[in-house]
Amino acid sequence: MTETKLSAENLVEKPATIAALREGIASGTLPAVELAKRYYARIEKHNPLLNVYLSLSREQALAQAAAVDAAAAKGDSLPALAGIPIGVKDVLTMQGAPATAGSAILKDYYPPYDATAVTKLKAAGAVLLGKINCDEFAMGSSNENSAYGPVRNPYDTERVPGGSSGGSAAAVAANLAVATLGTDTGGSIRQPASFCGVVGVLPTYGRVSRYGLIAFASSLDRVGPFAANVRDAAEVLGVLAGYDAQDATSSRLPVPNYAAESAKDVKGLKIGIPAEYFAAGLDPEVRKAVEDGIAALEDAGVIVKRISLKHTKYAIPVYYLVATAEASANLARFDGVRYGHRSAQATNLSSMYRLSREEGFGPEVKRRILLGTYALSAGYYDAYYKKAQQVRRLLAEEFLTAFAGVDAIVTPTAPTAAFKLGEKTDDPLAMYLADIYTVTASLAGICGVTVPCGKTKAGLPVGMQVLAGHFAESTAFRVARAVELAQPK
Amino acid sequence: MSTRVSLKEVERVAELANLELAEDEKPAMQRNLNAILEYVAQLSELDTSQVEPMAQVADLLDSVKDPGHGEALRLDALKPSLNRASVMEEAPDTDGAFFKTPKVIER
Repeated sequence: MTETKLSAENLVEKPATIAALREGIASGTLPAVELAKRYYARIEKHNPLLNVYLSLSREQALAQAAAVDAAAAKGDSLPALAGIPIGVKDVLTMQGAPATAGSAILKDYYPPYDATAVTKLKAAGAVLLGKINCDEFAMGSSNENSAYGPVRNPYDTERVPGGSSGGSAAAVAANLAVATLGTDTGGSIRQPASFCGVVGVLPTYGRVSRYGLIAFASSLDRVGPFAANVRDAAEVLGVLAGYDAQDATSSRLPVPNYAAESAKDVKGLKIGIPAEYFAAGLDPEVRKAVEDGIAALEDAGVIVKRISLKHTKYAIPVYYLVATAEASANLARFDGVRYGHRSAQATNLSSMYRLSREEGFGPEVKRRILLGTYALSAGYYDAYYKKAQQVRRLLAEEFLTAFAGVDAIVTPTAPTAAFKLGEKTDDPLAMYLADIYTVTASLAGICGVTVPCGKTKAGLPVGMQVLAGHFAESTAFRVARAVELAQPK
Repeated sequence: MSTRVSLKEVERVAELANLELAEDEKPAMQRNLNAILEYVAQLSELDTSQVEPMAQVADLLDSVKDPGHGEALRLDALKPSLNRASVMEEAPDTDGAFFKTPKVIER
């Protein structure tokens, strides 16, 4: 038998920067059509093992690329992402492509409209390659809850890429896209970015429209980019951000030039290091890499302050009550009536609802719907759901108090590097604890950027989470950029 | 491990959520729910009697908060919506104008 497992060298590849690609496309030395075809060739080669893409939109993508090349040939000025190959997490709608949300209940569902994030990418000239695998309805921390099989981590294919946006992170790590869209409800952009050694952005709640995002927990869900470097991530966020009348929680605040902001010096910025994020449970190699990152920031002139966020340990319980309660309401829409799977066994309306949902949802989705329904049910509402909302306020206010004294807060993104496939699938609670450093920012609505800050001895990437206050993405990008500059090339 | 949720309650909650659990799924769901509920019980250590529940991030932000006079609401004006034919294409069963379902009222 020949060994079919490919070596890491074959899979991990850094995409060219957006700026370099833009220059090639504008000058005609690298036609967008040629670039898109190269990406499809690479996807064809590596997707069977990595399982990143669930569907490809080759026809639409090549037409968009041809339009970009035609504009370039005429000498027109090109929009920000003209010709840049980008992948889209399958919980976002994109006309002409299926949107499964990683669930069997939405197998073969073709949404009749584009998500606002997709509309904005298209308007910016991006070439949208296809739809990307994720945990079912974005519920999971390892991408193992996808009804279409797990994604493998390009650094070690026996390990998970993280979740729920595991495919979006793996796509950038393996250069199957220059950038990707992900979504983050409790850590679903940041944790996989950390596991796959790429940059991931959690924008402030309200900064990027949620219209066309298949809802998991509406008060927590965010749409954000993955990229291979901080500047590219900042450029893509600049395209995605801004007011949208289709999302009632969308902010009207002006969008800064994030790419320019990310290049600013960090000298004199105050960075808080919360003791609770470096306590028991943190892998020693992860700690070392993050501490090295902090040392690099000090060398760059930041002022480090030791701080305490003493309610941190309550974040996971609060998160899993709030998120599941909202999910139980949001996922009530999947009932076999208007779209998605309808059971062939149904004999009346009520059995159609129940059987369609039983056949269509995977175990983790059912578990969360049950937990959320329980927390909202008569007799338990005050003890669980209301209590969680009260502690949510304490957690959020604790962050706001901290940001009165520091510009950013730096923590590990996840307690460990990527774990093995199957390692946590039998223990839901152990899986939930993979989000221990990310859920608090989700609950508070603040923003953050995760940036690679080193590797374990086994060569697995480690990410540093840079958190900043509401609408302070520019600061998070600046700090992340300083950490990136200190990494070996 | 304490049992907060009985097998009967798992069945009751599944019914509320319109989920039809298979017999062999129920004990595992009960075990998982009890483990998670035991973990979240630590919230009771905190006195929150004076804390307002936080339902939305906007609760924290003066800049985006709706002061209660409807400024954050959209104008009540006619706008085009999705084309019916393209929506109905996704329906499991339809006559083109309506969604069709199995019988609602049994006689």
